[in-house]
This record gives sequence, C-alpha cells and structure tokens, in this order.
Amino acid sequence: MGGPHVSLALAAPRARARRTATPGQITLALGIAAFLALFLVWPAATVIYVAFTERGGGAFTLVNFVDFFRTDLFLRSFWNSFYVSAMAVAGASILALPLAYITSRFAFRGTVLIQTLGFLPLIMPPFVGAVAMQLFFGRNGSANLLLDDWFGFKIAFMEGLNGVIFVQSIHYFPFILINLSAALRNIDGAMEEAAQNLGSSGFRLFRRIVFPLAMPGYIAGASLVFVKVFDDLATPLLLNVKDMLAPQAYLRVTSIGIADPMGYVISVVLIVASVAAMALSALATRGIDYSTVQRGGGGLARRRLRPYESALAYLTVALILLLVLAPHVGLLLLSFSTVWSFSPLPDGYTTAHYARIFGDSSLYIKNTLIYASMAGLIDVVLGTAIAYLVLRTRLIGRDALDWAASAALAVPGIVLGIGYLRAFYGVKLWDGTPLAALWIVIVLALAIRRLPYALRACYAALQQISVSLEEAAENLGATKLRTVRRIVTPLMMGGILAGFVTSFATAAVELSATLMLVQSNSDAPLAYGLYVLMQSAAGRGPGAALGVIAVVLVAVCTILSHAVIERGRAMPPAGH
Amino acid sequence: MHRLLMLSLCAALVSTVALAQAPTGKVTVITSFAKDVTDPVKKAFEAAAPGVTLEVQNRNTNAGVKYLEETKANNQVDLFWASAPDAFEVLKGKGLLQKYAPKASGIPEKIGQFPINDPAGFYFGFAASGYGIMWNERYAKANKLPDPKEWQDLAKPVYYDHVSIAAPSRSGTTHLTIEAVLQGEGWAKGWGTVKAMAGNFRNITERSFGVPEAVNSGQVGYGIVIDFFAFSAQASGFPVKFIYPTVTTIVPANVGIVANAPNKAAAEAFVEFLLSPAGQQVLFEPGIRRLPVNPDIYAKAPADYPNPFKDPRLNSMIKFDVAKSEARNDVVDVLFDQLISFQLEPLKAATKAIHEADAALAKKDNAQARALVAQARELIAAMPVDEATASAKETTAAFTGGKQKGARQAELEQQWAAFAKQHYAQAQAKAEEALKLAK
Repeated sequence: MGGPHVSLALAAPRARARRTATPGQITLALGIAAFLALFLVWPAATVIYVAFTERGGGAFTLVNFVDFFRTDLFLRSFWNSFYVSAMAVAGASILALPLAYITSRFAFRGTVLIQTLGFLPLIMPPFVGAVAMQLFFGRNGSANLLLDDWFGFKIAFMEGLNGVIFVQSIHYFPFILINLSAALRNIDGAMEEAAQNLGSSGFRLFRRIVFPLAMPGYIAGASLVFVKVFDDLATPLLLNVKDMLAPQAYLRVTSIGIADPMGYVISVVLIVASVAAMALSALATRGIDYSTVQRGGGGLARRRLRPYESALAYLTVALILLLVLAPHVGLLLLSFSTVWSFSPLPDGYTTAHYARIFGDSSLYIKNTLIYASMAGLIDVVLGTAIAYLVLRTRLIGRDALDWAASAALAVPGIVLGIGYLRAFYGVKLWDGTPLAALWIVIVLALAIRRLPYALRACYAALQQISVSLEEAAENLGATKLRTVRRIVTPLMMGGILAGFVTSFATAAVELSATLMLVQSNSDAPLAYGLYVLMQSAAGRGPGAALGVIAVVLVAVCTILSHAVIERGRAMPPAGH
Repeated sequence: MHRLLMLSLCAALVSTVALAQAPTGKVTVITSFAKDVTDPVKKAFEAAAPGVTLEVQNRNTNAGVKYLEETKANNQVDLFWASAPDAFEVLKGKGLLQKYAPKASGIPEKIGQFPINDPAGFYFGFAASGYGIMWNERYAKANKLPDPKEWQDLAKPVYYDHVSIAAPSRSGTTHLTIEAVLQGEGWAKGWGTVKAMAGNFRNITERSFGVPEAVNSGQVGYGIVIDFFAFSAQASGFPVKFIYPTVTTIVPANVGIVANAPNKAAAEAFVEFLLSPAGQQVLFEPGIRRLPVNPDIYAKAPADYPNPFKDPRLNSMIKFDVAKSEARNDVVDVLFDQLISFQLEPLKAATKAIHEADAALAKKDNAQARALVAQARELIAAMPVDEATASAKETTAAFTGGKQKGARQAELEQQWAAFAKQHYAQAQAKAEEALKLAK
C-alpha cells in the first residue's frame, strides 16, 4: 500500500472515533435490533429451525449437517456455487471497471446516460428477461443462428456453469459500477493533484492513488456480487443448472423436500457463507483509513480526451453497453413481436401487447412504485444508521447488526415468505383479517430482502468521510444529532442515493418472497403481474410489454436520482 | 336408511335456500392457471353471477398447497383450482377441502379410464387434459428430424440432445405423465423407457411452462407436455405440433371448495358455473384450449378440436390407478430427480456412447459388441428399488417429514444417486468397449 492516503490515515487514527456511546445511540441500536429480530430473524427462524431437529423426535441434532457433507450432490453444488461466484466477480469487474473509469475520470459526454444504461441490467424482470436472453444468446438464439448461418458454428453462451457466469456477470456488474462510481466521486481532488505534483500520471496515478482510495466502493460492490451470485437461484434455474447451492435449497423447500430438513440445512449453509464473505470483505477494508477531509471540491479533475483516446473510449463503452443491454433490446423486440420462434428476428410486429396490458398495468405500476420506494427508504434509513453505529461508535454487538442485516441476502425469498406467513398470519387485526394480508407486509419483506444493498453503499460512503469533520462540528458546539444531520448525512448523500437506487430498482422486480405474500390482485406489484402472464403462450408478448414498462419505470427513477446527485454536487455545499 | 334420507333432504333444502339467495361478495380462488385462462373465466362467471367478484390469487400448485396449509387457522380462501389431481389428494388428506355435490347435469362419470369427480366428493373435474409430445416445426426442419409418434421414439439416436421435460417433482402434470408410463408399461420396463428417453434430454426444467416456452421459442425441439400447452401455443400462432402417444392418460383438471370457506355460497356458484354449458364453452377460448368434460359441448368446438369422448385412441388408454400413484408419489419424484435430473451428464454420456456403438454396429456387426451394448442398456435401466419397495411404508415414510424414526431422506437420496452414478459409468465403459470392437 503506497500513496498519500497512508499518511492521512496516520493523521486521523481510528482510535479517536472510539468514544463512549450516548443514550441516543443505544436506543437507536436497540430499535434496529428489534426491527431485524421481528422482521428477519424470527420469521426466518420459524422455518429454518427444522435444520437442527432430529427425525422422529424433534430433538436438537447436527446429524443433518453431517448428511450435507456426506451427500455428493450438495458438496458438488457447494463448490460450483463458490466457483461461479468468484468467476462472476471477475467478469463483473471486467465490465464495470472501464465504465466507471471512463465516466469518472474524463470529460465524457453522456456520463449520466451511461451510468443509467449501465445500471439497467440489474433490472431484469423475472421470466421475460430470461426468455429475451435465450432468444438472443440461447442455443438457437439470434446470435447463434446468425453465427451458424455465416460461419457454421455456434457458441455455448448460456450452457452450464460458464453460462451462469456469463449471465451473472452481465446481470450484477452494476453493483460494482454503482458503488465504485460513487466512491470515485467522493475522492478528494487534492490527492490526485498532490500525486501529479509528485510526478505520477496516467494509469499509474489510477492504480496507485485513485483506485486504492475508491477501494471501499469496489469492495462493497464486489462483495455484493459475490454474495448475490452465491445466493441467486433464478439465473441457474433459468439455465437449467441445478447443481448449485441456492437452486438446491429452493427446489427442496418448494417441492420434494418441503418436510425434510435438508432444504433448511442448505439455507443455513448459504447464510453462514454469505455472512462470512461479507465479514471477510469488511476485514479487507478494516485496518485502512479511506477517508479524506476535503469535501465539496468537485472530486477528481476530469481530463479532456485526445481524439484517438476519445474514439477508443467510445468504442469500449459502446461494446460493453451493446453486450449488457442485449437482453433489454431482446425484451423490447419481444414486446412488439407477433411470433418469434427459431429465427434471428421476430416474424412480425404489433402493438397489441401493450394495448392488452394497458388496463391492468396502472395498478401494478402504482403498487410497485409505492412498495419499492417505501422499501428503499426504509433501507437507506436503516443502512445509514447501521453504518454509523458500526463505524462511529463502540457499542457492544454493533457488528452483529451489520451481519444480521447482511444475512438477509442469503435467506431464500421463499423461506422468508413462508416465515412471514407463519409469524404474522395468526396475528389478527380488529376486523379479523390477518396481519400478513396487509400490503405493508410485502413492503417489509422487500425492505428486509434489499437492506444489504443499501447497507453496503451507506457503509462505503461513511468510510470515506473523515471523522475530523464531525469532531470539528462538535468542537464548535453542535450536538451529535445535529452533526449527523448537518455534516454526516449531506456528505454521505451520494452513497445513500446509490443505496436507495439499488434497493428500489431491485425491489421493483423482486418476486420470490412477494409471490407468497400477495393476497389480492389489487395489492399486486408488477413482478406478480408478469408471473401471471408468463405461464402461457399467449401471455409472452404482454408479459414482455409489462417487462419493458417495469424497466422504463425503474430507469426513469434512476435518472431522476442521478440528476439529484449531480445537482447536489453542482451546488456549493452550505456547510462549508 | 332413514337417517340418510333425512340427510339428503336437509342437503336438498340447504341447496334450494342457497339457490334462492343469490350469492354475493368476493370469492377468492387460488389457482395455478395463467391469466389467459383465468381472465375469460372470471369475465364469464361475473356476468353469469352478478354481484359476485372473483378474486384470483395466482400461485404454482405446490406453493398454493403450502399456502393453504400455513394459513388454515385463519383461512380467507374459498376455492382451489388447478390441474394436478394429486395436489387435491394432498389437500383432501390434510382436511383442507370440504365436500360438495355439484348439481350440473350432462357430465359422465368417467373420461377415458379416469373418474371425472373425486369419488369422495371433495373435488370436481371441469376440464380434461392428455399428455403427449410437442415439437417446433422450424426446429425439426432445420435439424431434419422425423415426427415422433410414441414415447420410445424419443429414445432414438436422432433425438439426442433435442428433448426437454419438466421435473416431475416440480410439475404435477409431468409427474402424471411419468406415472402413466410406469403404470402402462410396468415398473421395470417403464423406468427403462423413461431413462432411455432421458438420455436424449437437452434439459430438465423446474416449472411446467418452461418446456413449452423453450419449444415455442425454438431453443429446444421436442417437449413432453400436457396437451393444452401445445393447443394454446398453436392458437397464438407458434409453429408447433402435438401428438398423443398410445400409452398416455387423460386426466381431469379440478376445482374444489376449501374447508371453512368464508364465502361458501359464492364458491358453490363458481363450481356450478364451471360445470355448466356456459362455463364449459369458455374452455374453447384460444388462450385456454382445454377439453370440456361435458360431451355435448363438443358440438360447438372449433374445427379439428380433439374429442376424448369420440377419439378411439384416447379411449383405449390405460387405466390409471390414482391410489397407487398417490402411495408412491414422493418416491417416484425423488427417484427421477436422483437418477435422472441430478445425474443428467453421466446419463447422457452413457447414452451417447451407446448411440455411437449402435451406429458402428449397423455398419459392421459384431456379436460380442452387441452383447456389451445390451448390457450397457440394462445397466442404465437398472433400478435401486423394485416396485414393492417403492410403495412400502419404510421407503415412503422417509419423505413425510419425520414423525416416525427411520431412514432420513438425505440418506436414501445419496444411496440412489451413488447407485445411478456407478451404473451409468459402467454402462458408458461397456458401450465404449463395444464401439472399439465394432470398428
């Protein structure tokens, strides 16, 4: 580790952050703990405890875990999951690094556009996204039919584990892009200038100064990609890869092993592995201080590109976007196509699919917007609070909050859904309707499922803020609360928004937990509407149309929040 | 006798009262059917029963069963409406359905060999479906593949890597297809047929609709599906064809009233509507395309619509034993998963080796090689459990969750998986040896 940030780290030793906790902080921590216990730990425990029970008596046992390690299929699944996750992080980094670098370091037209478009892959609506992807990259998808026609060979884009890695890299690279971009924006331009004055420039400058300073963002994104791929079941199942851990848990819990402990044993393994990965990533950034004192200087200087550099940059960006947006182009084509079967392009085009969903979609859109934005809001509030407690206080057990919240990533949606029914269906309201029948329960489930995204973003943002700013405020007489409100939160805003956008966008297309909890059509979000349509041949076009609406909706919201970030940066910060 | 008379009188009285008071309000149905099926039915039903709103909750069959189970203490659902009769058997067994005697007339007792209504009166068939093979014509043309007629055809070398199926543990309808083959050909021979076909599988999807979707879009050529997936795809313009093999069965799709239904009157009205001529005719809609259970309705059917009551082929189908199927339900599913789904790679490798040896033998015969290939086929067909063991209490108890002590599910699964892996590896070795001899 070289570079000037090390000396900075010495100037702001970590020990200064460690002060005794105030009663307010303790209350906050207890409140968050209660929330997580009520809406995550308890519901999940009502389902998962089976993993530790003995057959026939229900007594506590670990024999089921012994079974896990005795079963070839589960061991094979474990290693496959591990391998695919690690490779997907590599693949996602290859896609994300150039985009983040080019858009943050250079005066590049359409940066907002690229960061929005580069974000779209995260919003792949369930089922239709898969169909569109198959139509493009499948064995008889457009790409392979054309390749076969012109050159007489096919590429197995979507076969086996490599297929999973390919699709997951495309699907989740935005996690790295978003978090890394937010981190790059937060770097003090003075660092870069200092390095330049000392003679560093170009790629060396990036490698030695800029990238290390943005490390929290990269680690936040990469760990999310790893854990998300490790726990994802939709993509492997769509590619018919079953010997991975998450699909095994899902297949067992939802069918043949519903009464058997093994499905829940796998869930426990998933949770432990995810928390371990998160803890490891936290450890990787723990001993180092990434904060810089200077704020509001507009971040890194954006260099103008020479013509050939500019061409190269455009080419890179275009190639990457072409690849990662192919599924969305496919989706768009599908939504306008009459029949598309075993041909590079659809047979004909129509707008009938949009007409068909016109009536239903406004309700779905309204519900989705309400649920996803409420979930996103809950997530950033909790995420900011947890990040603050972990990084700025010495409360005992603060790390447990972080881990519990991160574990949510690994609890399979279906397990959480069943857990919510078990925990809240018996609770009746004044008129006899079960608590679990209220739509707010869907919001809570979504918030819990997406909390880790917001948490990682907020955590990374806070890591980049120097404690001395807060101390300065407090020395000038500001209370803790006022300091958080006037200093910490505004400085974290980029990260908070990144967290909100990620949580919001992914919550908008979440299905697995919602499917269990939707009680009436009038409470149904878009993803549910998609699910209902995508079970029949005639529903494919309308389903794709609804998918396009979902993507456009989330994209518009993303552009808006980017605009807010940019405006916030353009205005001179009031606190300085 | 006297009591029975009183009871039926009471029942008649209650039903006339129910008829006299038109049902109103919201009636909630859990269904696995797609929007294309539920929307036209909802529209027609609400027109026929003014004042009633049909609230459709769409869940896949397994999730629906699970949902009713988890929420039974405070049940808010009136009806369960899905294809697979076994799901209804499970619900019946758990006391989650209530009895009802439909009044609709003109519906025979049986379709093919299958009773249309549950003999105990807990659920009622409203549409029939048969299982068969669906394929994409463009795909078949591009790959120059012949049209299949029987299940065994799909085991032929030309179809290697071109066939898809849903896992029977994930799809009630596929489970019935496999069970129909097992009952039609017998346990040992039936599994032989299934595994010979499976050697040609491109993939095994985890939801029923995954198969027709893949065939529709041309990613896979041939799919083993329930008929209406193919008929509704044809109605939507996809270039697909469908055929019923000889060994198949026609099974009803069902509706049942949930125990403690909050709006029982409206639930009964919905069942009556589905079985009425108006309700039966909705099944002809292009997005639905199921076979009505009222034979008279076929007079109004679109051209070339299959009629299970007339078609001699569909009538001569095997007698399907529901009790037998129910007893070994989980065992058949887990056997399929452990011997086929999760061992697909070794199974395909062995099958490919056999196909290659066969091709070589066709050019140059060799008795010793022929014997080796036959042995390889036997190795693939071999089963870790026989029919009696599969239905025996000791085996089935492993899958019920654990009230009694006994073998754990994971133990049995590991044994079966290891058995399959070993046998497929041996089969591959034998077939490769045969290939060397035949060359």
